[in-house]
Amino acid sequence: MLYRENGQFKTSYTADQQIFPIAQDRYLIGALVAAAFVIVPLIASEYALRALLIPFLILSLAALGLNILVGYCGQISLGTGGFMAVGAYSAYNLFVRIDGMPAVLAILLGGVFAMAFGVLFGIPSLRIKGLYLAVATLAAQFFCDWAFLRIKWLTNDSSSGSVSVPDLVVAGWTVNSPIDKYLFCLIFVVVFGVMAKNLVRGHTGREWMAIRDMDVAASVIGIRPVFAKLSAFAVSSFIVGVAGALWGFVHLGSWEPAAFNINRSFDLLFMVIIGGLGSIMGSFFGAAFIVMVPIVLDNLPNWFGIPIDTALASHLAFMIFGSLIVFFLIVEPHGLARLWSIGKEKLRLWPFPH
Amino acid sequence: MKFKSLTLVAAFAAVSLGATLGVTAAKAQAKEQFFPVLVYRTGAYAPNGVPFANGYVDYLKYINARGGLNGVKLTFEECDTGYATDKGVECYERLKGKGATLFHPLSTGITFALTDKVLADKIPLITAGYGRSDTADGMAFRWNFPLLGTYWTAADVLVQHIAKKEGGADKLKGKKIALVYHDSPYGREPIALLQERSKLHGFDLSLLPVAHPGVEQKATWLQIRQSRPDYIFLWGWGVMNSAALKEAVATGYPRDKMYGVWWAGAEPDVKDVGVNAKGYNALALQHGAEKDSKIVKDILALVHGKGQGTGPKEEVGEVLYMRGLISAMLGVEGVRAAQERYGKGKVMDGEQVRWGLENLNLDQKKLDTLGFQGVMRPISTSCADHMGSSWARLHTWDGSKWGFSSDWYQADDQIIRPMVRASADKYMVEKKLQRRTSADCQ
Repeated sequence: MLYRENGQFKTSYTADQQIFPIAQDRYLIGALVAAAFVIVPLIASEYALRALLIPFLILSLAALGLNILVGYCGQISLGTGGFMAVGAYSAYNLFVRIDGMPAVLAILLGGVFAMAFGVLFGIPSLRIKGLYLAVATLAAQFFCDWAFLRIKWLTNDSSSGSVSVPDLVVAGWTVNSPIDKYLFCLIFVVVFGVMAKNLVRGHTGREWMAIRDMDVAASVIGIRPVFAKLSAFAVSSFIVGVAGALWGFVHLGSWEPAAFNINRSFDLLFMVIIGGLGSIMGSFFGAAFIVMVPIVLDNLPNWFGIPIDTALASHLAFMIFGSLIVFFLIVEPHGLARLWSIGKEKLRLWPFPH
Repeated sequence: MKFKSLTLVAAFAAVSLGATLGVTAAKAQAKEQFFPVLVYRTGAYAPNGVPFANGYVDYLKYINARGGLNGVKLTFEECDTGYATDKGVECYERLKGKGATLFHPLSTGITFALTDKVLADKIPLITAGYGRSDTADGMAFRWNFPLLGTYWTAADVLVQHIAKKEGGADKLKGKKIALVYHDSPYGREPIALLQERSKLHGFDLSLLPVAHPGVEQKATWLQIRQSRPDYIFLWGWGVMNSAALKEAVATGYPRDKMYGVWWAGAEPDVKDVGVNAKGYNALALQHGAEKDSKIVKDILALVHGKGQGTGPKEEVGEVLYMRGLISAMLGVEGVRAAQERYGKGKVMDGEQVRWGLENLNLDQKKLDTLGFQGVMRPISTSCADHMGSSWARLHTWDGSKWGFSSDWYQADDQIIRPMVRASADKYMVEKKLQRRTSADCQ
């Protein structure tokens, strides 16, 4: 009843081709973004901002980047943590070694370095596919782990491989309070989200999807696999690299290579799979699920005032989280984003299903 | 599809999210000093984390059983970090909102991450026997307190001990020392000092990292079998220590040539290896297993005797239990020192506790009244010296228990001070911070 596009007539191509052709979607997303910018900073506690929302935003950005590669172009990657590390450490080196380097530029250039690195490790994808490619990208992960631990120059000769950065200053705005950090990340996420959405519904995205669905057929109709695959690696690693730089600069402040280890890669891949492959929305759902659910579960006994042993509480959190993953994958193998669109379909007919 | 159940799930998720966002910082009640307890009772490091946590919590209970701190009751809440940095930061944020005025992160990785955060939050960070070594410089690191020693002092003492055994520092020339370390900020921390010492004495230092969690060390010990170092320094934690000792047995490397840091010298590290680990040495962070000390007897009577004990009674007084106990004591004494200045029987805030920790003065008399005679030496901190004491000695496993096997050593200030200064200065430049002035020390 509420969610029905009756009476919404498209009278021009522009109207028909907009990102959200249905008015309700436009309003909903608009309201969500507005709420994220205005209401959340007003009501969220410092803990919620620092422990939940900022990690959620940055990891959804990374998941978005990975989703372009895995979900849209069909190239499985286990090197995401490594690409994030390249973004973070190159941004750090640029920031520390070049005097007067603006923070935003350093973060974006971190993304550029990650992009170059991603393209380099994307080259094998021209010959190998599927799980074999996943194993090849694993090399990127282990290479990064090794490089940032052992090459002292990359960490500015710090004694234990840990690096740290000062508070960011962007055009007179010092990003140090949790709200500042949250808004700073939110701006990045919104800008990159819109760009990614437009990319995947344009001809580049269609090329990626064609390659994903069947690369032989795609090349027969004139899509260059080299260009499509490498551009997917480039765009994906750029976004992942920026997310990595944000993770280091904004969320952690000081970090060590372990912040971007193989577990990070797995986490991000799970986010994309649970959220929904080939869906921008799914990246956000997946990130929310993986970041927030364990923390919420861990906190539950406390909020309800149930006295429970610390060890038992964290074991329970692990078990419930694990069963939730299984539950969602059984209910909807195509991810949370698919549940979302099923929900919308139902709403179109509600309350008079036929 | 079952749309109804889905809506339910969605509603549940929304409610829990709302609850999270709406969590308000529960302010410390009047007359209650809140102690956050960052521990790991789960994960790969739990065997070592649990006794530490038990000792820590038991001491807080013990203070309460004795009527609190000048009448102020100590409250506490545990948060399980699993020794993971990101989880540790989350725990910090969670407990910070509940009125925490000091933190023991119990992980060097977490210490690195929190060092930046405490600066803005104005909460002191106590890292007794771990953490960043350069934070001993209180003029640069206002909020960090690596009380009792750092990894640089630990490594320094080990080198001194070996030099003494060999009959002089000049005898170290050409000797081969291997550092088998946990590949994390914890294990990498001593490298800088050992490199400095190796340049000075001309011994040959080889670095052998072991990846988390440290169960797989075959490759490392193959290298040791080939190169046959004269001594091995073991910088392990958790299961890595017992795995290293088992590998040493398998390789036939003499255990009495192995020296662990104080985190590699407790019962869980050697228990599995038992008699085979006989002769293995480890640093003692002043104390060893102290089952006969007064404080342990008091805790057995006042806490465990009343059925309030946190862990098994038999483990009270073991090495890591004592470490937790002493860590808690240092924090509590910091608060007490603050109370003596800012008002006895009042609840202190972070800034006041920081002052207390910076002006800690536990002389022998004070230690005796606290029940710590024989457990540790006097310690006093100042504005410039946030470490307070760098005394350490060694203990050796005789197959069934730890026993002291060396005199007291003190780390060589001539070597460590310039290193601390240089590293702290580098941090200041990186973070664009200023050193404190002496006017700030009042």
